[in-house]
Amino acid sequence: KPEVLSPEELEKLKEEVDERKKLISTLRGKPWPMRKKLLTLRESHEFVEKYEGALGKGKSRKLYAYKVMMLKKWMKFQRDFENFKTACVPWEMKIKEIESHFGSSVASYFIFLRWMYGINMILFGLTFGLVMVPEALMGRPYGSMPRKTVPRADEANAMDFAVLWDFGGYAQYSVLFYGYYNSQRAIGWLKFRMPLSYFLVGVGTVAYSYMVVIRTMARNANEDGGGDNNSFNFSWKMFTSWDYLIGNPETADNKFASITTSFKEAILEEQESRKDDNIHLTRFLRVLANFLVLCCLAGSGYLIYFVVRRSQKFALEGLESHSWWERNEVNMVMSLLGMFCPMLFDVISALENYHPRIALQWQLGRIFALFLGNLYTFIIALMDEINLKVNLEEVLKLNMTIWEASLYNGTLGANSTAPPITVHPADIPRGPCWETMVGQEFVRLIVSDTMTTYITLLIGDFLRAVLVRFLNYCWCWDLEAGFPSYSEFDVSGNVLGLIFNQGMIWMGAFYAPCLPALNVLRLHVSMYLQCWAVMCCNVPQERVFKASGSNNFYMAMLLVILFLSTLPAIYTIVTIPPSFDCGPFSGKSRMFDVIQETLESDFPAWFGKVFSYASNPGLVLPFLLLMVLAIYYLQSTSKSYKQANLELKKKLQTVSRTINKVLTLIQYLLYSLCGTLSENLICTKLCDHTSPLPLSLSKKIEKRRVGNTEHIKERATIKFPLLPPAPRPRGATESLGPYQVTSGNQHPVFRGSQTPRDTEYDCCHRCGNGKHFIDRHRPP
Amino acid sequence: MGNKQTIFTDEQLDAYQDCTFFTRKEILRLHGRYHELAPHLVPMDYTNEPDVTIPLALIVSMPELNENPFRNRIVESFSEDGAGNLSFNDFVDMFSVLSETAPRELKAIYAFKIYDFNVDNFLCKEDLEKTLNKLTREELSPEEVTLVCEKAIEEADLDGDSKLSFADFENMITRAPDFLR
Repeated sequence: KPEVLSPEELEKLKEEVDERKKLISTLRGKPWPMRKKLLTLRESHEFVEKYEGALGKGKSRKLYAYKVMMLKKWMKFQRDFENFKTACVPWEMKIKEIESHFGSSVASYFIFLRWMYGINMILFGLTFGLVMVPEALMGRPYGSMPRKTVPRADEANAMDFAVLWDFGGYAQYSVLFYGYYNSQRAIGWLKFRMPLSYFLVGVGTVAYSYMVVIRTMARNANEDGGGDNNSFNFSWKMFTSWDYLIGNPETADNKFASITTSFKEAILEEQESRKDDNIHLTRFLRVLANFLVLCCLAGSGYLIYFVVRRSQKFALEGLESHSWWERNEVNMVMSLLGMFCPMLFDVISALENYHPRIALQWQLGRIFALFLGNLYTFIIALMDEINLKVNLEEVLKLNMTIWEASLYNGTLGANSTAPPITVHPADIPRGPCWETMVGQEFVRLIVSDTMTTYITLLIGDFLRAVLVRFLNYCWCWDLEAGFPSYSEFDVSGNVLGLIFNQGMIWMGAFYAPCLPALNVLRLHVSMYLQCWAVMCCNVPQERVFKASGSNNFYMAMLLVILFLSTLPAIYTIVTIPPSFDCGPFSGKSRMFDVIQETLESDFPAWFGKVFSYASNPGLVLPFLLLMVLAIYYLQSTSKSYKQANLELKKKLQTVSRTINKVLTLIQYLLYSLCGTLSENLICTKLCDHTSPLPLSLSKKIEKRRVGNTEHIKERATIKFPLLPPAPRPRGATESLGPYQVTSGNQHPVFRGSQTPRDTEYDCCHRCGNGKHFIDRHRPP
Repeated sequence: MGNKQTIFTDEQLDAYQDCTFFTRKEILRLHGRYHELAPHLVPMDYTNEPDVTIPLALIVSMPELNENPFRNRIVESFSEDGAGNLSFNDFVDMFSVLSETAPRELKAIYAFKIYDFNVDNFLCKEDLEKTLNKLTREELSPEEVTLVCEKAIEEADLDGDSKLSFADFENMITRAPDFLR
């Protein structure tokens, strides 16, 4: 009976039970055949159940049993939750189907899209729940204030579809835009601090985005292993080039062809020396190509600036007197440039004669520069307009006082007070409200961008596919194999489009809280539309580029865009005074004054004092300096670690070669010393270990009846420290308790999980028996 | 979960969930696929653990494996008898290792087994040549094949025995950016 166990035995028993539990939790990751795993599981469960109850004693036994039961329930709950989470991930089957038809690089775009969708859902939740809903429910209703009412002059056509599509009319005077919000400090019975919430949500969306992007980058960099890319060229090509997810014969054919081509290229590079002739011509051509590209970029930048100026002129003259094209000129020009310039860059890059992967990176870089240039030109033009409106405000304020005076019509003296005349809010003249204008511009840009993308998709892919399919019957040459043929899915172009779209959202979300909601809708529709288009109109790519090389490249671009798009918003928040009669910050001299106000009125006095000390430049500057120094230090240590890593790798090679030689020497010596008697006993064991597996030879050697060979067995149990055991990677889960559920992380384009490294290679690979190796395997 | 299914007992499902990376629904779906491959051979009721295996030829006809050049080796390395006949346990085990939640180290072990055609625990030159020929459908000339195999061994072999042991292979493959698929 368990009562009589001594404390040491109890400790040992507890340790064994813990070990068994740990074994159960890591069973999935063991390379044993299933039968052995199931058997081990059953045995371990029985053992644990038998002795678990015995471990608690007396009064604490009940507590112990209770704890154990709660742990079991918790594990079951975790397992069910994991099941539920996997079932919740949307669009999984769609993406798997695309993966099997087109390979991993096309699927990686859709996984990226889904990840973006997740981020936008969170941003939507923040803006909707903390900004739009409180104002709609608890703020003053429509029509109660001038900022919330459509002006009398525009009332007639405020409900027209054309006006609404342009986000004017009723759409403009609603929670969708900045101008609707009231600057009252606390609204409703909850005393909800509206301006503070608006400001903090704006800051919070940016902070959250930074966090998510950097976390994903760090995770990708971790899995990369800090690799040096050139050392295992051929081995990697041989063992990792097949995409195990391909299930479609046509894709498989393409993949085979692409692998063969890649091998032939690598062989060619290996065999031939570098072609030295004509290097001057190549250099000249490359310089020429870059010059042409620069001209293109400058030209497109100037075109956009010119068009924006023109549209300002039109706006001053009144929009109604111009055609539809002239009204939407800016957006159309930007979208068209985005469509045609990349093709131009493609043509120019034919001059350069680079390796395809390098050419792709150059192409992506140039398209990135194009989009960036366009966006910034757009913003600069917008800033001009903002300044115009701010100046207009001064004039309008003057006019307001004159208008107010005219209301009373001179019936009053200078010092008397009269009952305020009620004027309907729609009739009150209001300021130009530049923030709403900015919000509207961004929303219009995004809508037109979306429309352009969808129309290009329908015409460029779908119509082309239909034409090729049906005109093929009556055309002179084979349309499917020859000129137009079916289009391929342009992964990099689409990913760039997605990234830039997100950049525009980040830029405009502060001035138009409806933008994340709009983006969620757009991504949702995009997912279905593009999934359908890919399966229906596209063919698998001829040159299949793996997605993995570009993982962190796209993340890095996303980070750069995030940084660059929050800059203008921050600039406008910090330098330009908010409009005097619209938005949650009206009446303040700067938007961030709301923080000061909150600190003064809502927090105790000492808090304000602490904060003012902390934000003293004398404190902030040294802190920044410290951070810069820390970054420099970390950078240099990581460089030195990489160096040490390379050194160790070289040492590993020389050491294992030396050990190999020593082992063969010993083997020879023993062989010659002990003759045939030792042959059966030691040499087979040594032969099995001529490769430096991380084992120590102190394992018990089987007892064999080979006469009086005790002394030989003794010698064989000397430990041969072949190699130190494989170091545990950081983050190994030994420090966590038993029943650790391994979770699979699903983050974009690179999947894997983090279970402890456990290469137990000490059993037969056929039957899992630890007593012999596979070459001595006899079926039972 | 309350679903009335009679294919497995609850203990069996929990055991499978502990031993593989699959959820309960996925295991049931896998059983459906296994049954589809040979409906007259595979019973619907697995509660008393019948001893049924499906031959290699039927398994490699699955669309997921059909286009894979290494399909025969994959199935062979997961089978108990080494000839490619998979019981349901082996079937689930195979897909668990191939699934995306399996860790890199586990996949490396099985990848080594798959590429080891003559099952001698080393990737020797013949193994590499067979791998390359399967990968390129024999489009490369024999000299090119020899060159590539020699270069690969030169790159990855650490102990100088001109064949790749598991340690060499693992060292090389864990640095590869494309390995997880």
